[in-house]
Amino acid sequence: MRTLSEAFDAGKILIPYIAAGDPDLDTTAEIIGELDKLGVGIIEVGMPFSDPLADGPIIQAASQRALAGGTNISRIFEMLEELRDVKTPIVLMGYFNPIMKYGEKSFIEDALSCGVSGVLIPDLPFDEGKEFYDICSEKGLCPIYMVTPNTKEERLSQIERKARGFLYCVSLLGITGDKRGPIEGIKSYMERVRSHVSVPLALGFGIDSPDKIRAVKPYVDGIVIGSAIVNIISEKADMGRKAIVNEVSVFTSALIDALRTALQP
Amino acid sequence: MDLKGYFGRFGGRFVPETLIPALEELEEAFYEAINDEAFMAQYRYLLKDYSGRPTSLYFADRLSKHLSDIKLYLKREDLNHTGAHKINNVLGQILLALRMNKKRIIAETGAGQHGLATATAAAKFGLECHIYMGLEDMHRQALNVYKMRTLGAEVIPVTSGTMTLKDATNEAIRDWVTNVSTTHYVIGSVVGPHPYPMMVREFQRVIGDETKEQILQKEGRLPDLLVACVGGGSNSMGMFYPFVNDKDVKMVGVEAAGYGIETGQHAAALTGGSVGVLHGSRSYILQDENGQIVPAVSISAGLDYPGVGPEHSFYHETGRVHYTHATDDEAIEAFKLLCETEGIIPALESAHALAFLVREHKNIEPGTLAVLCLSGRGDKDMEAIKGKLFEEEM
Ligand SMILES: Cc1ncc(COP(=O)(O)O)c(C=O)c1O
Repeated sequence: MRTLSEAFDAGKILIPYIAAGDPDLDTTAEIIGELDKLGVGIIEVGMPFSDPLADGPIIQAASQRALAGGTNISRIFEMLEELRDVKTPIVLMGYFNPIMKYGEKSFIEDALSCGVSGVLIPDLPFDEGKEFYDICSEKGLCPIYMVTPNTKEERLSQIERKARGFLYCVSLLGITGDKRGPIEGIKSYMERVRSHVSVPLALGFGIDSPDKIRAVKPYVDGIVIGSAIVNIISEKADMGRKAIVNEVSVFTSALIDALRTALQP
Repeated sequence: MDLKGYFGRFGGRFVPETLIPALEELEEAFYEAINDEAFMAQYRYLLKDYSGRPTSLYFADRLSKHLSDIKLYLKREDLNHTGAHKINNVLGQILLALRMNKKRIIAETGAGQHGLATATAAAKFGLECHIYMGLEDMHRQALNVYKMRTLGAEVIPVTSGTMTLKDATNEAIRDWVTNVSTTHYVIGSVVGPHPYPMMVREFQRVIGDETKEQILQKEGRLPDLLVACVGGGSNSMGMFYPFVNDKDVKMVGVEAAGYGIETGQHAAALTGGSVGVLHGSRSYILQDENGQIVPAVSISAGLDYPGVGPEHSFYHETGRVHYTHATDDEAIEAFKLLCETEGIIPALESAHALAFLVREHKNIEPGTLAVLCLSGRGDKDMEAIKGKLFEEEM
């Protein structure tokens, strides 16, 4: 498996997010395999939580379905364990309570032992999670921090000192799936962040189309697409695994094309 | 509490990064405000002339006789404007919102008492107001929904999850993340990320401060025992906090046991839960073996919450406060007793506090000087209780 920094060596990358266990973990595993083949940069795998307060309705519903199907952290690890030939680095995304309950140290060890590269916890800011994140860094699991358009300069430089892998820039003041994203002043926002930060910058929240990708790609190193993909999975849920994987594949290819084609003058 | 908002190992700021600047701004504004005599004067003025404070400390003589001659006083928070203690906190926070120039107000509500208080204060100050309420609670507390709408607030039904207070809180947080630059989120209890638990406590401590003064006047001494119900924990914290250093004052917090702790269908985070992170702070919560939040169950919409304020978790572990619980049935029995002995219809939440004394009075020495926080009145619960009190006739 490539490292996170190797992933960015290939140029601007796409970072799809999928909700593990929606509709079931076998499908999740197949989607990961397909995304790997398509040449995405990093795969973000969401661990479901009953009360995902940074998520909009689409990912909330996906989390509920995953939980109803019995998805939990151990089962996600078991699934990842089987995906040894996947070359694309995997970042786990989830809320802090299930991780606490699993055991913070065991979580870090088990994630590493099944090849996970990083962890992103939207309700654990860098300073609140200092102890946990320090252990992550020490053991080699990259803590992926989030910054938002209203993050102050002083905090940006504190985050920079701790950042590993890449920084997740939230595209607006809002939750996942918010169609308004990204904010209008995206250029100056990204420039402001970049003036403090040397790791690659990924932009996410509300980016749901090739057009939006074309609009923001000059300013970023990676683009996270979450709700748009999760939505496709839920819409095709009744048509079976093959149809789901196929739809995700078609959509993701279009996104990759948008990212790779030369900028229009 | 330390600088990061921790009470021992409880508290903190477990929130999306978007909210960090807002919490810092709020914390700073709060500390400035409480050191600003003009702000505090306006707050006290509103408590007095708008809400009708001080609320009385009333000796419940007939009820006392039923309780093995414990000498029981009721702190009558039910006599506040809008019928519960919630307005104490709301008035403080609305003044803060004005100070921070936030013109849009949001709140979550369970029983509707906090939503009602927020809608009331927003109307009084001409602020736009949106209240998130679980659909299930909107049915249980229909009167309060109607009142909030009458006051010009938009009541937004929450249909996610269990459709109760927990989910209303999620939605309010999502709204705040989205509208953080224009909006103040008025949290209704001593829960949430720092500075809320500390700030709400400071705006509720008027309950305990007044009680202390009143009991000294009436009895010439401090009480032996304080009793209050614990949902998120604001009325109890308001009552307890000013007495925390008075070592001889025993304190009992009563959580909702729903159908009984042993059934797993309850709302008792401290006495039936474990440590976790919910809605921005580390505290006792109801969760399963995978760290997923377990829905709370209680007849009382205001106690129907799977978390509790972090400072309560701290007092639970230090043993400063004793926490126990009362079931739906025990609360209903206590509700009836207060109606029949004192002519006071309590909120179902407050009835849980009394239920502790009804159950335990035989183990409490006669003559014990006790104060019970009667956090609210029962108008809102008449529909819910109707089927329980007069089943045969109706
Ligand atoms: C009358 C009354 N008492 C108590 C509560 C519980 O909240 P807390 O524990 O914060 O006082 C509520 C909440 O709605 C209430 O309306």
